[in-house]
Amino acid sequence: MSAPVTEQIRKTALNSVHRRMGAKMVNFGGWDMPIEYSGIIAEHNAVRKAAGLFDVSHMGEIVIHGPGALALTQHVTCNDAARLSKGQAHYSGLMTAQGTFVDDILVHRMGEEHFYLCVNASNQDKDFDHIAANNQFGAKVENVGEYYTQLALQGPKALQILQRFTETPLESIKYYRFLHGKIQGEEAMIARTGYTGEDGFEIYFAPEHSEKIWYALLASGEPDGLLPIGLGARNTLRLEAGMCLYGHEIDDTTTVWEANLGWICKMDKGDFLGRGALAAQWEKGLRRVLVGFEVQDRMIARDGCPVFAESGEVGRVTSGSPAPFLKKNIGMAYVPVAMNVPGTEIRIGIRNQQAAARVVPVPFYKRKK
Amino acid sequence: MYPSNLRYTKEHEWIKVEGNFGTVGITDFAQNELGDIVFVELPAVGRQLKSGESFGTVESVKAVSEIYSPISGEVAENNAKLNDAPETINKDPHGAGWLVKLRITNAAEVQGLMDAAAYQAFISEKKDH
Repeated sequence: MSAPVTEQIRKTALNSVHRRMGAKMVNFGGWDMPIEYSGIIAEHNAVRKAAGLFDVSHMGEIVIHGPGALALTQHVTCNDAARLSKGQAHYSGLMTAQGTFVDDILVHRMGEEHFYLCVNASNQDKDFDHIAANNQFGAKVENVGEYYTQLALQGPKALQILQRFTETPLESIKYYRFLHGKIQGEEAMIARTGYTGEDGFEIYFAPEHSEKIWYALLASGEPDGLLPIGLGARNTLRLEAGMCLYGHEIDDTTTVWEANLGWICKMDKGDFLGRGALAAQWEKGLRRVLVGFEVQDRMIARDGCPVFAESGEVGRVTSGSPAPFLKKNIGMAYVPVAMNVPGTEIRIGIRNQQAAARVVPVPFYKRKK
Repeated sequence: MYPSNLRYTKEHEWIKVEGNFGTVGITDFAQNELGDIVFVELPAVGRQLKSGESFGTVESVKAVSEIYSPISGEVAENNAKLNDAPETINKDPHGAGWLVKLRITNAAEVQGLMDAAAYQAFISEKKDH
């Protein structure tokens, strides 16, 4: 057996900026990332009420292009990439042959045979290898994460703040659409996407412009209530919005049906990796399904806590946390299908106690449009 | 920064001894590490605690931290105000954010705790790593 290689911790182009700003830093999937600046609750509520700026450059990007690009994208993902028009993006799953998740990803269609995938930081190398290994279509596959800084500007005031830095009329970019424009004079891809449950943008540009754009946005947005946001609030925001996190709600043991993500799986698009297994599971019926719950008393359910019904332990919490905007203790868990009914009473094992909880509809939070 | 009339533990609790009683809380370093505190679980009055025994939890949005008793004693009072305002621990960790008052059973144990200078040195060392 060979000795494990100690990998050096990776840093985004804004690493020294985060440290200078006094952010609390953590090792997140091999990346040295800010977990919070001013505090998770203040940051979370700034995104709900005003706006927040996130450095999410740890996210990976993979490009599939050239002849065979559509065929390869269709083969490895479960959503129907053929339905995307140029300048449109969708949420999708990168599939194993068993119909489980290698990763959950955003697929942007740049051209007929040109796709730009945004993937999870800790999965990017695995994703790239998986796509390359399944490339019997002659497409070009490139792992391009290091060439991009990705910032997310999210919240009800995101549009008005970003508009000060670009001539592109942002109102013209519809939800899950993107285009190429300029921000602060620099080339950027501007997508109306996000992971917070709010309106907002994710922007991709060359790392050398990172500090300039970061500081310009923060300074301009400060009077609007814009705050820099760490990964702590990124997690509570996505949880309130009922969004899955790889390694928690989904992984290579869970399927789209179990995770309530049937809407990203297009069984009628033709064959793809894992389609047979997914068809078989659908036919056979599910054993477990992902639900949202609210803890009834003051205790906080955390990731990994056991879920109990009268019959005993029935599942585990995948994500559990206080919800800073809703001011409730919420979570998601896999439970037997029969319990997938709002109002169903469950108990969550928290330390040596069992806290009363109730199944509730997901998302927990939905913004007013 | 760290009040000289308190004694400190390596688990980042403090104790303020006044006569036979000791007031216990978590340090400014601990509250800062935890971040926004949202829930506190405290022991019932009358519970007997041994030095080093876990007697409750303090939870932030992100993390759960067990609290250990700096010395042996009986819980004489718990800070029930924290149930509705756990953020008091963030705002005033060495004052209004106290957790419990103990009736001290073995006063000699206090001698084994760090003074402010020793605790300051202890956390400076931690911060460097």
